[in-house]
Amino acid sequence: MNKWKEGVRVELNTKYFGKIEIEEERIITFPDGVPGFEDSKEFVIIENPEDDIPFNWLQSIDNPNLAFVIINPFVFKSDYDFEIPDLVVKKLKIVEQKDISVYTIVVVPEDIDKMTANLSGPVIINVNKRLGKQIILDDKRYHTKHLILEELKSKGQVK
Amino acid sequence: MLVLTRKKDESIIIGENIEIVITEIEEGKVKLGINAPRDINIYRKEIYEDIRTENKEAANNRDLDMDVIRKIFNR
Repeated sequence: MNKWKEGVRVELNTKYFGKIEIEEERIITFPDGVPGFEDSKEFVIIENPEDDIPFNWLQSIDNPNLAFVIINPFVFKSDYDFEIPDLVVKKLKIVEQKDISVYTIVVVPEDIDKMTANLSGPVIINVNKRLGKQIILDDKRYHTKHLILEELKSKGQVK
Repeated sequence: MLVLTRKKDESIIIGENIEIVITEIEEGKVKLGINAPRDINIYRKEIYEDIRTENKEAANNRDLDMDVIRKIFNR
């Protein structure tokens, strides 16, 4: 799988940013792909350079047209909580909590006030091993369309 | 597909360590109890389908209009 040597920068065609260069070591392997895109097994997180804006992008390596807007769910849902199944802990080689980053996938409709995050399907990433998986929560508290700005407004975090 | 008939409180075993118990039967609904190792994923099928659908929708996003986003977040 390691096509590139460590520290090597690779060129990547992206959906939103055209051609960019990334370090090969930033590539994250999703052994199962993501539901609906089971064949896409390698992604990179493109970070937003603006600190106070919590959105990033999950860009597919093999498919330039596949990119998701993602957000750290704890930004708008500080009490978000779930268990990562043992199977996933094993698959992602998670050893301790600080290995883990959690993101949720965002749908951006024409009316940006109505953008939603999918809290039923958090994306779990082992930042050390560069392994990722979108897990499925069968939990009544969470659904696929949480209104992000409504949650933030209710906490007075945005206008 | 293997089809088995079971009554309330009866169960089936799958493999060595998965047991599915029929705990309740009422009109049009069956309640199942599942004993399985913690490393087995169990969820209702429609949840997986929901996530697929949601991912497809998210993949067709327009990009974030950063000017609008900045206005919302930079107070």
